[in-house]
Amino acid sequence: MKLTKIALACGLVSTLALGTVGTAQAQISDNVIRIGIITDMSSVYADIDGMGGVEAIKMAVADAGGAINGKKIEVVYADHQNKADVAAAKAREWFDTQGLDMLLGGTNSGTALAMAKVAAEKKKPFIAIGPGSSALTNEQCSPYTVHYAYDTVALAKGTGGAVVKAGGKSWFFLTADYAFGTALQNDTTAVVKAAGGTVVGSVRAPLNASDFSSFLLQAQSSKAQVLGLANAGGDTINAIKAANEFGVTKTMKLAGLLVFINDIHSLGLKTTQGMYLTDSWYWNKDAEARTWSRRFFEKMKRMPSSIQAADYSATANYLAAVKAAGTDDGTKSLAQLRKSKINDMYAKGGYIRDDGRMVHDMYLMQVKSPDKSTEPWDYYNVVETIKGDVAFTTKAESKCALWK
Amino acid sequence: MTLDPRLGRLAWFAGLAILVAAPFIGLYPIFIMTALCFAIFACAFNLLLGFTGLLSFGHAAYFAAAAYCTGWLVRTAGWSPEAGVLGGTLIAASTGLLVGLIAIRRQGIYFAMVTLAMAQMLYFLFLQAPFTGGEDGLQGVPRGTLFGLIPLLNDKVMYYVVLAVFVAVFAFIIRVVHSPYGQVLKAIRENEPRAISLGYDVDKYKLLAYVLSTGLAGLAGSMKTLVLGFATLSDAHWSLSGEVILMTLLGGMGTFAGPVLGAFTIIGLQNYLADRVGSWVTVIIGVIFVVCVVAFRRGFVGELLAYQQRTRKP
Amino acid sequence: MEIFGIPLQAFLGQLMLGLVNGSFYAMLSLGLAVIFGLLGIVNFAHGALYMIGAYVAWGCMEYAGLNFWMALIIAPLVVGALGVLIERTLLKRLYKIDPIYGLLMTFGLALIAEGVFRDQFGVSGQQYPVPDLLQGATNLGFMVLPNYRAFVIVASLVVCLTTWYTIERTRLGSYLRAGTENPALVQAFGINVPLMVMLTYAAGSGLAAIAGVLAAPVIQINPLMGSNLIIVVFAVVVIGGMGSIMGSILTGLMLGIIEGLTKVFYPEASSIVVFVIMAIVLMIRPAGLFGKEM
Repeated sequence: MKLTKIALACGLVSTLALGTVGTAQAQISDNVIRIGIITDMSSVYADIDGMGGVEAIKMAVADAGGAINGKKIEVVYADHQNKADVAAAKAREWFDTQGLDMLLGGTNSGTALAMAKVAAEKKKPFIAIGPGSSALTNEQCSPYTVHYAYDTVALAKGTGGAVVKAGGKSWFFLTADYAFGTALQNDTTAVVKAAGGTVVGSVRAPLNASDFSSFLLQAQSSKAQVLGLANAGGDTINAIKAANEFGVTKTMKLAGLLVFINDIHSLGLKTTQGMYLTDSWYWNKDAEARTWSRRFFEKMKRMPSSIQAADYSATANYLAAVKAAGTDDGTKSLAQLRKSKINDMYAKGGYIRDDGRMVHDMYLMQVKSPDKSTEPWDYYNVVETIKGDVAFTTKAESKCALWK
Repeated sequence: MTLDPRLGRLAWFAGLAILVAAPFIGLYPIFIMTALCFAIFACAFNLLLGFTGLLSFGHAAYFAAAAYCTGWLVRTAGWSPEAGVLGGTLIAASTGLLVGLIAIRRQGIYFAMVTLAMAQMLYFLFLQAPFTGGEDGLQGVPRGTLFGLIPLLNDKVMYYVVLAVFVAVFAFIIRVVHSPYGQVLKAIRENEPRAISLGYDVDKYKLLAYVLSTGLAGLAGSMKTLVLGFATLSDAHWSLSGEVILMTLLGGMGTFAGPVLGAFTIIGLQNYLADRVGSWVTVIIGVIFVVCVVAFRRGFVGELLAYQQRTRKP
Repeated sequence: MEIFGIPLQAFLGQLMLGLVNGSFYAMLSLGLAVIFGLLGIVNFAHGALYMIGAYVAWGCMEYAGLNFWMALIIAPLVVGALGVLIERTLLKRLYKIDPIYGLLMTFGLALIAEGVFRDQFGVSGQQYPVPDLLQGATNLGFMVLPNYRAFVIVASLVVCLTTWYTIERTRLGSYLRAGTENPALVQAFGINVPLMVMLTYAAGSGLAAIAGVLAAPVIQINPLMGSNLIIVVFAVVVIGGMGSIMGSILTGLMLGIIEGLTKVFYPEASSIVVFVIMAIVLMIRPAGLFGKEM
């Protein structure tokens, strides 16, 4: 098969070409502070983070002056398409060949866990913004991982506890049948029971099921007071839509366990009014948040989600830490970041714990009815502020070896 | 179809030399290792499509089965890497056997649809099974020490191991195709009723080809898990099944080097485009599919061979 | 009163919902069967055409202010025209060669459609409201059935039966069936077979588009709505066997009901139950339940 060898050679020449295309020339340029974000740009979570997140980071860089102590700051971004292998491969490539100094992880827990491992191996800071898995600060905690915005524990403690207090004592769960949904359901069940509520029943829907009618019928016949939606993204949207159609919202209160403002925007207030949810930030929560959000709105033509705000905050605080530490070395800048308090439009009195968790307040909110909304994106009433120290995993519950 | 033997031998050495020297001439080893794993996958797939004429539209399921299996064996059960890879390959082949027994019942295009549906079923099973970690994937798989002697953590060392496996698989496939068994496969591809009339138990041959192909696809998946350290649901998604078909089609079905070329091209393309927005990767892959089917059915190597045929001196 | 441990009310309710889903399966597998019957091409792009139909309906509403009923007419025409374009430029080159190329090319088309729409519209999806006439729900005693879902069942039955009647009972249909058996002979009789083929693909695309428009108020319109559905429809088609039109319709409805019941008794398995049934049917009756060929 001699011809195959010629072809093999052709292939390898093209490999060379593509190989060098795939990798830039390896220059560890220490005169640049390089920040990278790998997130979902094209799929289910693209609106929550995506290019808006990149814009938020660029705003933080601009606010820091574009350079620190003479070193220029550069931002790179990539789309992991919700694939852990793409995320890890890109992260590794950036660390190895592009001199990346700090990595931000956008949405999707699977990709975040993979990237955290790579960052720990390369001894560079990894700030997980959007993923929800509490494993990042428990079983898979690492000295180089910071989990910034929210996690499933905080969502459960927020929505679960507060809704029971507000009178929603009996619960029925509609859970997406995968690890994340199960975690949400388990965490929330524990909180509901501890607060004196009961879980009447639950049903597991396949992930990305487009039709929830069957499951909602089951929820309705359970006669519970609260319908807990332990799912995210498109599943949540479809479930809420169907809940309205079948009149479930007339007899049950909806508790969205992972809902972002973009989901509400997509569904509209008429469909979602009265729903409880917990989030780490809301653009309209105070004057400082509003000012920043309007700047964001000018560029992106939509209000920022809590994730995009967290992108800004994490970048800004990291750059401040680099300035204070005088170096962009991974270990030193992270140590400096851990010493600082986070006080900005995103969080007040926030700080980073030994297990990597950024502790800050969470907010229980309820969706307004259409007549109460005064402007576009004015969707929430803040019902309660949940203090950071109670919102997240406690030391007793923690499974992280670094926090004892 | 042969070519000037000296040119051929030169090409062979050049190709191998580049691969062997790769880590030292500035090529990024992780990228090439990943491409080599997918090259193994594509070659395995080509054994089924190019040489036996069976289109399996769900080959990703076997890649993933082995990837998860090896990942679990090495990370949780603490097995050594070579045992883990062997285990993964066997699981993939067994799964292939089970699916093959069902799918062989239909011919032609139905076979493709059945394999697709079965692979989708396996995808949902992977999604729900706790040991796979579902959406999070099976993370943190260590590379371990090969045969208890060679630590694999160093990327360069791992690279040569992967290269060795690739060369072995490539040689194995050449061997199979040239063997009497391989000749029967070709006969089945050309004209199945004739092969039956000649007395061959065609179903058994096809099933064996299916098991071999899925086993090797599994081997690719196992190696990938060791290289990158994780196995995720995207290893089982139907879009990967589509991609491996494209790799084979683009490179040249029924040739040896074709799938390798196709694999490197597609992986390189994805890597290059990952910095841009992901939706365009899908569109471009789709466009390449359409263009290939309409105008480039023989693929790179196929076209090269045809060109040689046309320009040969009589 | 209880059946298998759940109240009769709930059971009948789930049956009803299964029938709704089954209607979609029936319509889509019908379209696939018609196209495969005459063109010999397994149209992987069917899911994409379904998705485009839904988006056309949304576009009608968003940009032209046209209501659902207009969309129900416009969408199949637009998508049918798209089908004509695809058939004339791409598909007709593939008739004489191995059918796998048809599958692969339509697969490529599906990817292109999905990617382009994803880039344009994102993945969160668009809202499409239930038409005013069909808002609200009727209390049937054993469940509250949204009027729109009842409409879906009726509409799809009408569409399916019309198609079946056209193919099995009219003259045009007989030309179609003859053309499948022996195109050369039919051509020799003076019937324009290529035109028939083109119109068939257009009609199949139109069927997919109608399904898309009907689906729009039920589920979020998003670029991915076709791709996962199409694989299930493939399984439906394998179970039914592509020999008979009525077979595809009945199989689709049946599987919708079975899937619906699975959601009640063993919901975790509802995503794979169709595939499991396919495996079983293949072991017992490889040609499919209603299939003629092997």
